[in-house]
Amino acid sequence: MIKLEKVSKSFNDGKAAVHALHAVSLEVGAGQIYGVVGTSGAGKSTLIRCVNRLEVPESGRIWVDGEEITALDPAALRKARQGMGMIFQQFNLLSQRTSAENIAYPLEIAGVPKTERDGRVKELLNLVGLENKADAYPAQLSGGQKQRVGIARALANHPKVLLSDEATSALDPTTTDSILELLVDLNQKLGLTILLITHQMEVVKKVCDHVAILENGYLLESGAIFDLIADPSSRLSKAFFPPIQEVLLDPSAIQAAITFLGDAADEPILASMMRKFDVDVNFLGGNIQQIGRRRVGQLQVELKGDQVPEALTYLQQRGLRVEVRK
Amino acid sequence: MNIGEWLPRLWQASLTTVYMVGVSTLFTVVFGLPLGVLLMTTGENGLKTRPVLNRVLGFVVNLARSLPFIILLVVLIPFTRAVVGTSIGPTATIVPLTLAAVPFFARVVESSLREVPRGLIEAAQSMGSSDWQTVRKVLIPESLPGLILGVALTLISLVGYSAMAGAVGGGGLGDLAIRYGYQRYETEVMIVTVVLLLILVQGVQLLGDRLAAKVSKK
Repeated sequence: MIKLEKVSKSFNDGKAAVHALHAVSLEVGAGQIYGVVGTSGAGKSTLIRCVNRLEVPESGRIWVDGEEITALDPAALRKARQGMGMIFQQFNLLSQRTSAENIAYPLEIAGVPKTERDGRVKELLNLVGLENKADAYPAQLSGGQKQRVGIARALANHPKVLLSDEATSALDPTTTDSILELLVDLNQKLGLTILLITHQMEVVKKVCDHVAILENGYLLESGAIFDLIADPSSRLSKAFFPPIQEVLLDPSAIQAAITFLGDAADEPILASMMRKFDVDVNFLGGNIQQIGRRRVGQLQVELKGDQVPEALTYLQQRGLRVEVRK
Repeated sequence: MNIGEWLPRLWQASLTTVYMVGVSTLFTVVFGLPLGVLLMTTGENGLKTRPVLNRVLGFVVNLARSLPFIILLVVLIPFTRAVVGTSIGPTATIVPLTLAAVPFFARVVESSLREVPRGLIEAAQSMGSSDWQTVRKVLIPESLPGLILGVALTLISLVGYSAMAGAVGGGGLGDLAIRYGYQRYETEVMIVTVVLLLILVQGVQLLGDRLAAKVSKK
């Protein structure tokens, strides 16, 4: 649905050119919730703004729904933008318009007649649960309500794609959760493809099915979230399961991180490993997390004994991911 | 000072001032608003940055603003005659008054529009707005309270400028104050005129403030 091919962009801050994006390529499939994470200054904001060409990439090509955005003339670009919704960290609602009038704005731009507009606005207010706030001005709304208006506005013209630029970063945790639930709901109900950028790993964990990690303008890794987590050496996995201080209790022991996803989490594989092989297992720590609708766990252990390599191979054969840390 | 004799004159002068200032303000908004929009949109971080056009416009505006009004009044006499057919009287004064106020108001408009958060403009663009739609549906409505205060400010400056209208026989309160109050030492006339001007200025400011507050939904 969204495809970036070797997109580069740099800014000139007076003296030196600062590279915001280095030949970034990624592909977002239809119906996915794709998260791009990175610290501030990593280039993620530039990346999402390139998708609707609020920022013009220097090189590389971008397609949205089969249309090459980077090749459009201004009039065609405006038309294409009407098919993409965008929501923002600071909501960016028009302060002089009511909720209903804000939601009507993109419909006015698209030339939808007044009566049709009113009906659609009502529908959208219902969709985001603000039917009783139609006549409220943004100044009278809470942050979460403002973002709901922003979402309704972004969806007005039935877009296939929603771009979310740090949409929950200005909200408290409870409100963040309710907005994220709304996004997942819309993704499922409308088949909406969502590309979101965030610096909050929590957001990725709660809603994304695909993820890309951006650092200093480079795309470090990308893919389906469970594939990345299953690989204990991935950055995503390390971010979810921070390695325990590598203090070796016994110099002859081997430290390993064992990751298990879904079904594997329910079987007593470790217990059978200990019975089958001559190994001593020392648990250093571990946790189980809910990611999306699946459970993912990781154990950090110290293994000792003659059959450690065989034991580890056994775990891998059973579908667990094992990373030896030493 | 004979009240019976002065009242009609004061009334007539007040009407002349209101007429000159009112009509020039109207024309000032008509010409100054587009000029201000152009100054903002062609400027740095504008919707359509056009550095050369912006610099030329900026230069012309600054030039017009640096001329003292009394000079402008005289310099413009041929132009005024071409536009309204005469270079004397209240109607003729409207031309230089408007020309003096347009650059001033345009700068006020420019700075009001600049107050609109960048994010709102980007949101409008992300929804596929054209530049014209962004100006008409975002920039101007969002800065409306500031624009209203700008009109009040312009009205007040014009009341001040209009005092010099006597130089071309424009009449009005300022003219009355200079001719009778200053040149003929009729202090009472001077005081009454100044009080009337004060009431006018206060009234305009109060009205502007009220209206701006009523319109603002922030």
